[in-house]
Amino acid sequence: MNTELTLGPCLFNWSEADWRDFYFRMADESDFDIIYLGEAVCSKRLPFRNNVLPDILERMESAGKTVIISTLALVTTKPERKVLRDQCEQEMWTVEANDLTALAFLKDRKFVIGPYVNIYNEATIHSLAARGAERFVLPPEIPAETIAQLIKAAPEPKYEMQVFGRLPLALSARCYHARLHNLHKDSCRFVCDQDPDGRDVNSLAGQPFLAINGIQTMSYGSQLLLEELPALADAGVSAFRLSPHTGDMLGVARLFRAVMKEEMDAGEARAKIGELMPGHSFINGYSHGAPGMAQIEEALAL
Amino acid sequence: MTQKAMELVCPAGTPAALRTAVDAGADTIYCGFRDQTNARNFPGLNFSRKEMQQGIEYAGKNGAKVLVAVNTFAQAGNTDLWYKAIDDVAASDAHAIILADIGLLDYAASKHPDLRVHLSVQAAAANADMINYYASEFGAKRVVLPRVLTVQEIAAINREISCETEVFIFGGLCVMAEGRCSLSSYCTGKSPNINGVCSPPGSVKYEDHGTHLESTLEGITINQYPKGEAAAYPTLCKGRFESLGETGYVFEDPVSLNAAQILPQLQEAGVTALKIEGRQRGKAYMAQVVKSFRKAVDAVAKGQSFDLDALLAPLTEGQKSTKGSYQKTWR
Repeated sequence: MNTELTLGPCLFNWSEADWRDFYFRMADESDFDIIYLGEAVCSKRLPFRNNVLPDILERMESAGKTVIISTLALVTTKPERKVLRDQCEQEMWTVEANDLTALAFLKDRKFVIGPYVNIYNEATIHSLAARGAERFVLPPEIPAETIAQLIKAAPEPKYEMQVFGRLPLALSARCYHARLHNLHKDSCRFVCDQDPDGRDVNSLAGQPFLAINGIQTMSYGSQLLLEELPALADAGVSAFRLSPHTGDMLGVARLFRAVMKEEMDAGEARAKIGELMPGHSFINGYSHGAPGMAQIEEALAL
Repeated sequence: MTQKAMELVCPAGTPAALRTAVDAGADTIYCGFRDQTNARNFPGLNFSRKEMQQGIEYAGKNGAKVLVAVNTFAQAGNTDLWYKAIDDVAASDAHAIILADIGLLDYAASKHPDLRVHLSVQAAAANADMINYYASEFGAKRVVLPRVLTVQEIAAINREISCETEVFIFGGLCVMAEGRCSLSSYCTGKSPNINGVCSPPGSVKYEDHGTHLESTLEGITINQYPKGEAAAYPTLCKGRFESLGETGYVFEDPVSLNAAQILPQLQEAGVTALKIEGRQRGKAYMAQVVKSFRKAVDAVAKGQSFDLDALLAPLTEGQKSTKGSYQKTWR
């Protein structure tokens, strides 16, 4: 498969030290084609990121890594608009726009459209490409069949999709971590740092269902597309994204790379990723046109 | 001091509901075609092309305007269905079209530059930079604000933008940023953005377990009601869940939005239009809601006080309501 392997932005509230160490390791030891860096979920976490971001960027640069700056997905307040403007107006790094507000600041720039922007059809692709978008990260809920139709109708840009990790499903003005701790968002005490892979939400009947991550709601299940990769690559998906979790991400990346190089069977990689990430319950429903929470065993035919 | 009254924008799921809303005093009615181009794609709802034209004529004769919502995201390889909907609205006497999809906004702006465009709440334009961008790039004349903003933030937005704003004041409450929520498709395979539905009826079951009644969505338990407690429709984000031993309404209580008490502040904040949610609601209910808000909006414009709680009491009895994100403590 002639496809890229990328690392999406860390969506969780890891401590400053953990966040820095993780990305230092990615700079030194990983072979991702692109590493996305930045806080996409909550503006209140930004100061902690900004304390260590310059060191990480320097390390990435000396390691020869391609870095793209991920930006906030929900932009409402004045400080958030200012942050986004600054992120977009720096000229060193390409930007991943996770909210269309970024377009106002990215005139005459090339950029990436992130997974939080609604791209469902070729008209939207053409419209955004005309304004500078050259790569599109597909929203999680789009079935592979629709992805194939979309790329057929608009084949020029690059398309990327998440193949590993909990899926981002919703954003809110309200912080659910704060709510569960009986706190207001403005005085949240950053309690989301207690759940470095998100906080599980189960049904009253005990069914694992969702996960919360501050203002973000995510899937309980962890996306794992391996058997589907050849069909997706044939359909024109040019990059596969891993979303960071705690645990051995370098190991997960090596296994994906082996499958993409056709050096390892998808089933073997699945078993090994299961061992590396024992807390994960794997899903692939969306790509099969099924409910996102489903795990479909049949082969993906496009 | 008398100010211009805020525009009262009311839903219509059927031609009869449209006439009811007009008769009850709505300034403007919003509705959609009977297909997946609109975000309330429920069986038995919405308008054929002919019904739409008749509705527009009825509204026009009575001094009211009609907005047509083409507010889902077009499907790859099948965009013609959405283009045709836009063409038909442009050819009709509708006052404006409500759009969310960037590709469709682009199409409308280039093919029908005279068509008045309102930006749907599904586009989630939540700050002045984004609204100004939509206004300058696609000629949007009005923005329906997502339910993530406080009244103070709405006032600040209105000071920075040149187009009009419309805000939700009554009815269902999305707790997630609209147009950016995949919870429904995660559970059921059907989503607002793709299918125009959320937590669809086909996935809903109620089961009597003796001691309690359980509502499920595609097999996932959304709530359990002890005997005697009334069961609500299992909209996913209004369910009762468990997290690390804590049990309760993790996302939002089963409440509806009622911003009646803050109408004066919304007028003060420079809001042009007030939107009532509920294209799926019955005629009698809607007639009472519209009549009540008509009185309230006119009173607010004249600086008079009003008792909307009394006016709305028969409709909200037994139900909890919230001012939602309009008050900062909601967050």
